[in-house]
Amino acid sequence: MTFTIPIDNGDAVKNAEADSQRTLYPYVTGTSIVAIKYKDGVLMASDMGGSYGSTLRYKNIERVKAIGKHSLLGASGEISDFQEILRYLDELILNDNMWDDGNSLGPKEVHNYLTRVMYNRRNKFNPLWNTLVLGGIKNGESYLGMVSMIGVSFEDNHIATGFGNHLARPILRDEWHADLSFEDGVKLLEKCMRVLLYRDRSAINKFQKYIETVQIAKITEEGVTVSQPYSLKTFWEFQAFHNPTAGAEGSW
Amino acid sequence: MVKQNANWSPYDNNGGTCVAIAGSDYCVIAADTRMSTGYSILSRDYSKIHKLADKAVLSSSGFQADVKALQKVLKSRHLIYQHQHNKQMSCPAMAQLLSNTLYFKRFFPYYAFNVLGGLDEEGKGCVFTYDAVGSYEKVGYSAQGSGSTLIMPFLDNQLKSPSPLLLPAQDSNTPLSEAEAVDLVKTVFASATERDIYTGDSLEIMVLKADGVKTELMALRKD
Repeated sequence: MTFTIPIDNGDAVKNAEADSQRTLYPYVTGTSIVAIKYKDGVLMASDMGGSYGSTLRYKNIERVKAIGKHSLLGASGEISDFQEILRYLDELILNDNMWDDGNSLGPKEVHNYLTRVMYNRRNKFNPLWNTLVLGGIKNGESYLGMVSMIGVSFEDNHIATGFGNHLARPILRDEWHADLSFEDGVKLLEKCMRVLLYRDRSAINKFQKYIETVQIAKITEEGVTVSQPYSLKTFWEFQAFHNPTAGAEGSW
Repeated sequence: MVKQNANWSPYDNNGGTCVAIAGSDYCVIAADTRMSTGYSILSRDYSKIHKLADKAVLSSSGFQADVKALQKVLKSRHLIYQHQHNKQMSCPAMAQLLSNTLYFKRFFPYYAFNVLGGLDEEGKGCVFTYDAVGSYEKVGYSAQGSGSTLIMPFLDNQLKSPSPLLLPAQDSNTPLSEAEAVDLVKTVFASATERDIYTGDSLEIMVLKADGVKTELMALRKD
């Protein structure tokens, strides 16, 4: 069901102001987020890139942030909208802390809040162009959920956004099981990230050597631990890559 | 040349099918648990059935964000009703509220396809079926959602009762027993799963009776 907003052509001057207030397309974007529940909590991974269309413009963007004491928020999509969301959440957590009542917002509450925010923006035809992943653990219960830019939300044992939904989720559906150890969880996430490395950002018949930096964030009852940025080993010596047009000259 | 939204749509179809059948003293409400977007599956384990009141259970498919918002509105309106009337809303009352809530957004609709099931004031099963903007009807059985076109004709074949236009008014509830109705529901979902890509994974069946509600989960094909 498509729904295009009718815009009066003749009144470009009057309407220009109104239009400039609305999100039209994303500019600087982050790609997939992959996250899983494991024995002691939740593991979330993302790369550190911010693309400006097809240019890999920013290479040191943290797309996963700690929220309050119990949650991790990962975002794909427009980076500036993610930063805006972080400001909303800052205020939310601050007000929660000011009650000083010993209670703190858990991942379920933050997820619900984000769902309402995203849905509300969608209702005003001015979406925050993100797909958010919210994971955390509170009182021994782990939680992992996702919200899309139009407000669709759900929780599951494993989540992936963007390309990750197509490439990583099948791997997770096959290999995820309850009570994964930390090491196994990391191995599983790295497997997914490696596939995304090879297959995201469509390649052409021209090799570029580039280092992907990946950050893995861990959240357990002890709190949030974020690893230093690191890179995954990749292998490009497959025979098929050596002479990719062997079967069909002129194709890619 | 005026800039347009890159054809961004505020709607999406997250798929799924909902069915309800009304019996003499029970009501069966069932829905699959698959949530999709485009050709991807988002969750194999998402419940589309929500208990709004003791005797009223709503099952909705369509655009999940709108469904969730709709449920929140109804839940809060029900709470207010309970505070004001010191009792739970009856199913027919909830049916009217749902219709009004949907029509309220007639010009930016909730993309939700609803089936409301429950027990009426006399304890008989009742099912109400809706379109996205609130037009509704009390029926003996109904199917909504992506698999509805596959299921409804079969339910008509098995359950169709004398025309509601006849006088004196005839009972549209099925004379089937609870077990037979549940069996019928399982059969129709198994069939719909075969041909509808948005239906599958597992089936959640809720049976509402005077003494309470029972829930059952049945596996469906995951492809």
